[in-house]
Amino acid sequence: MLKKISNIGDCGITCDFGDGVDKKTNKEVIKLFNFIQESVKNKKIKGILNYTPSYNKLIINFDLGEVTSGEVIEFIKSNDYSKTVFSEKSKLVEIPICYDEEFALDIKRLEEKTKLNFNEIVKEHLNTDFFVYMIGFVPGQPFLGDLKKNLYHDRLDTPRVKINKGSVGIVEKFCTIYTFESPGGWNIIGKTPLDLFNIKKREASMLSPGDLVKFKSVKKKDLLTFKNE
Amino acid sequence: MSNHFKILRPGINSTFQDLGRFGLQHLGIAPSGCMDRSLFSLSNKLVGNKVSEGALEFAYQGPLLELVGESAFVAVSGKVNFNIINKNNKIKQGAPNESFILSNGDKIDILSTINSVYGYLSIFGGFKLDETKGSVSTLVRAKIGPNNGDKLKIDEKIFFNTSSADLKTKKFEFDFDSDNTIRAMQGLQFDYFSKKSQEDFFSKEYKVTKLTDRMGMRLDGEKLENVISKNIKSEGITKGSVQTPGDGQPIILLSDHPTIGGYPKIANVITADYDKLVQKIPGSKLKFKLVDLGVAESAFQDYIKKLNLF
Repeated sequence: MLKKISNIGDCGITCDFGDGVDKKTNKEVIKLFNFIQESVKNKKIKGILNYTPSYNKLIINFDLGEVTSGEVIEFIKSNDYSKTVFSEKSKLVEIPICYDEEFALDIKRLEEKTKLNFNEIVKEHLNTDFFVYMIGFVPGQPFLGDLKKNLYHDRLDTPRVKINKGSVGIVEKFCTIYTFESPGGWNIIGKTPLDLFNIKKREASMLSPGDLVKFKSVKKKDLLTFKNE
Repeated sequence: MSNHFKILRPGINSTFQDLGRFGLQHLGIAPSGCMDRSLFSLSNKLVGNKVSEGALEFAYQGPLLELVGESAFVAVSGKVNFNIINKNNKIKQGAPNESFILSNGDKIDILSTINSVYGYLSIFGGFKLDETKGSVSTLVRAKIGPNNGDKLKIDEKIFFNTSSADLKTKKFEFDFDSDNTIRAMQGLQFDYFSKKSQEDFFSKEYKVTKLTDRMGMRLDGEKLENVISKNIKSEGITKGSVQTPGDGQPIILLSDHPTIGGYPKIANVITADYDKLVQKIPGSKLKFKLVDLGVAESAFQDYIKKLNLF
């Protein structure tokens, strides 16, 4: 449920759905996100520049020369977006992952914490139906949930200076995929050869908030022959 | 070979920018776009372009460019020290905020911005740039935009559209605001900070540090004490947000900001003062003045009126 709308400066608002970091809360966020995206596309509201969902909030930025926060808030409040039919439904994306020890950098750490062995960890990860809570920090990087409780672990105490593009990491109930080489503190369990982000494509990011993801195990030798479209 | 500029020196941080790339922040793509919208608009207006036309943004030291081809009608906006060097190596001091004609073989040498950071070069007809998702803004961090998403590099060529029109040079006395007061509204997590820190932020001086670029401006001043939590659940970022990590030193997020972030925000700089803010060089001492939404919105109307004077 939308709990509160507040201003962020003079050209932004935040729609706050409460403190929960769970699928139920995030699905409400995504519903409003879809509604705003649809409304912008159908020109039902002008001046909207960006609409950025996160776990429990949707932040909307607008051009103050076109629309004010008062008008955007009024637009949201006067629409029952729960009944909106969206033109684009969330899609299911299968992501290949190689759990070879060359890539699963933190498997030992996870085995110790979870008391599961390597195969059991892989099995749990493969059996999870993931939901895209949000995308960001850097282009195309998805935050997927929810992991099974027995896989929960904290961030590394000392983040790595460099994590390779395609690395798949987990922290607490979340799983992420590094779309660019970057520093990071997640527990790395494998690597995907799939390019999740390509600015030259019509859909630059393969995933969008609200999509569904399932991982599929591939062998190390398959990485060499894998071709991105 | 069609008309172009040859880059003899790229400058420190020269990129093509327009008003920004929008509608993609939910996919992790920051808006980017010109840092100083006033000066960006001015340089375009001076050469008769539409205000949203892509321009060359430079910071501190700008590029040295040689014109190859027919003449070009250009303008440099900002507080900028630059020279025009003609074919016979005669050097003439350039006049910023005024349009002028460059002839074949002329060089434009943008030496430095004066007590400011950003300036712009516009050309009548516009630079020949490929749009990426509806914008020619460059986001270097993600390699998005013209020039393969990168800064200008030496020996590259910059092509531009040639148009024949009645070119009338134009001059504008830009009113540079040297005042160091920046107006800001309370941030989303204003309540996370101690009463003292809330007061400190809006009364003490904060110095702009060298750790400042298109992504953010790090400040140095009275430490801001967070009494609730040093982290929040990551949420979408808005340009001008003043986030404060655990060390208590605020960072103002600028045009190339990360799309989401997990630090509490004590304040948000108002749109009308953003251009003034980004022009502050390291060492400048800022004072933040607390205002409410009504003040911010009416300041924005005044800001737009000023842009429309160009």
